[in-house]
Amino acid sequence: MKVLVPIKRVIDYNVKARVKADNSDVDLANVKMAMNPFCEIAIEEAIRLKEAGTATEVIAVTIGAKAAQEQLRTALALGADKAIHIETDEKLESLHIAKLLAKLVEQEAPELVILGKQSIDSDNNQTGQMLAALTKRSQGTFASKVDINGNTVSVTREVDGGLQTVALKLPAIVTTDLRLNEPRYASLPNIMKAKRKPLDVIAADSLGVDLTPRVELIKVEEPAKRSGGIIVEDVAQLVEKLKTEAKVI
Amino acid sequence: MKTLVIAEHDNGALKPETSKTINAASKLGFDIDVLIAGTKLGAMSEKAACIEGVTNVLTSDNTLYEHQLAENMAELVLSIADDYTHIVASATTTGKNFMPRVAALLDVAQISEIIEVVDSETFKRPIYAGNAIATVKSLDNKKVITVRASSFDLQNEQSPANISALEAANDVQLSDFVSVEQTESERPELTAAEVVISGGRGMQNGENFALLNGIADKLGAAIGASRAAVDAGFVPNDMQVGQTGKIVAPNLYIAVGISGAIQHLAGMKDSKVIVAINKDPDAPIFQVADYGLVADLFDVLPQLENAL
Ligand SMILES: Cc1cc2nc3c(=O)[nH]c(=O)nc-3n(C[C@H](O)[C@H](O)[C@H](O)COP(=O)(O)OP(=O)(O)OC[C@H]3O[C@@H](n4cnc5c(N)ncnc54)[C@H](O)[C@@H]3O)c2cc1C
Ligand SMILES: Nc1ncnc2c1ncn2[C@@H]1O[C@H](COP(=O)(O)O)[C@@H](O)[C@H]1O
Repeated sequence: MKVLVPIKRVIDYNVKARVKADNSDVDLANVKMAMNPFCEIAIEEAIRLKEAGTATEVIAVTIGAKAAQEQLRTALALGADKAIHIETDEKLESLHIAKLLAKLVEQEAPELVILGKQSIDSDNNQTGQMLAALTKRSQGTFASKVDINGNTVSVTREVDGGLQTVALKLPAIVTTDLRLNEPRYASLPNIMKAKRKPLDVIAADSLGVDLTPRVELIKVEEPAKRSGGIIVEDVAQLVEKLKTEAKVI
Repeated sequence: MKTLVIAEHDNGALKPETSKTINAASKLGFDIDVLIAGTKLGAMSEKAACIEGVTNVLTSDNTLYEHQLAENMAELVLSIADDYTHIVASATTTGKNFMPRVAALLDVAQISEIIEVVDSETFKRPIYAGNAIATVKSLDNKKVITVRASSFDLQNEQSPANISALEAANDVQLSDFVSVEQTESERPELTAAEVVISGGRGMQNGENFALLNGIADKLGAAIGASRAAVDAGFVPNDMQVGQTGKIVAPNLYIAVGISGAIQHLAGMKDSKVIVAINKDPDAPIFQVADYGLVADLFDVLPQLENAL
């Protein structure tokens, strides 16, 4: 079976985002970028399915500016067979991304699409669910376990009250949670090999999707700063402060 | 202009998120209908009818919705969506699961996890793990919105509104519920508790989390954890606080043996008072703590339990 893995280039998760002085957006100039951590997990899961003989082909896809090809090369180095870059310089929303991905699903007909549950920049947590709706497929979000058995895929989901397992009809859409797997690192030989793997580029506006903005970004601000705290000497002083100063116990 | 709120519940009781989400919805300024889909709806619908601002409670009593599977929930919401300009649910794992599906079926964007209603089309929401707050305006004719419940108060009560039953929508037959492993706990729920005490990797193992029990008992606290503690298998996943876990904003948050990574802070830095216990004086958690105690947790946790 063919597995499609949409990945996103985002700020490195160790870097704290800074707001631009004019409050127009977050400042990404000269900031370290990387593959969204949930997408790394998605790629890893797809590659494991291939290693297990379940998947026959793993295709990584990203939608974004030219620079995102760096993350596609990483995906290829990790074991994806082929990469597709849907190129655009526009800042697209999850609905647009889902629509573009739906076009690709139409063309490539993957039986499984594995996405991250959330981009760590927009914190949207939407694209997989939207893609499932647009392609009329079943969805298994926030997956911590994925088992393919015949025509169904069993997905264990991390939910607020614990773990929920659902059986999805294939073809299906799955989004990854952190505990699904631990992604591997790309080896140097594989990084070299990845340079020769196919990477197709498609212009986003050639896919016939209406990319008109649906949401206007009015401004971006720093969150309220917490006023500086104090270091207490010992437990007695802590309890005293919580009782008389903070009045929370 | 009319708002639909989809209730969060466990087939027996409404979750506090429902009331808080109705509080957020009330700030839109329109009449509010509440949809409760699932089983054992009787007492819940009466309760929902008494939440201030609610005009109608719509019930869909059907096992099809018992586990709130996204495919059928989205279909149900879609079947009544024509009547509403705003469709709102809490940003729980349930709401996050079916709401984007609703949005895509309606061909509109979803505004995720709002923390403030500026006006009926403009909202504030955290991005980049809460390191920035975006003000966004929806340009769609219908707004699909999820609400970060911890940023809103419980809504007041009113005399009961009307309750009416709704037809179930088509069963789309895409997925089946198999099982659930529910974490049972006598303690308050993390997202509803006034006091939360969380342990991190510094706790060393699952057994040591018992050191937090006595303190939690005395404070009526819920117990949370960092992702490192969840990953290491000390505690179950539903205890994770953070960007990709639960968002909490209690009166008092006590972080024990937690370094204070950006992703953890994203889930708790809106707490009213933060206490950090960590043996490393340079741990970033101290930058957000109101009261920091630089100490070995194994020394001070028993002392703290005694002092309370
Ligand atoms: C995409 C992504 C999403 C994430 N989402 C989340 C999330 O939602 N929530 C989350 O928490 N993390 C999340 N993380 C992980 C996060 O980056 C950190 O790795 C994690 O929060 C660290 O947990 P910790 O503070 O318990 O462990 P550590 O960083 O290892 O800190 C342990 C602390 O314990 C202290 N300590 C050790 N022994 C003692 C002792 N005896 N007494 C006192 N103090 C002691 C140490 O000084 C140290 O500060 C995410 C990461 C990624 C990549
Ligand atoms: N520009 C993009 N290109 C490819 N995949 C994307 C893109 N944006 C989002 N995704 C996928 O959708 C997931 C969830 O993103 P979001 O809904 O934006 O939080 C990500 O983890 C990716 O798998």
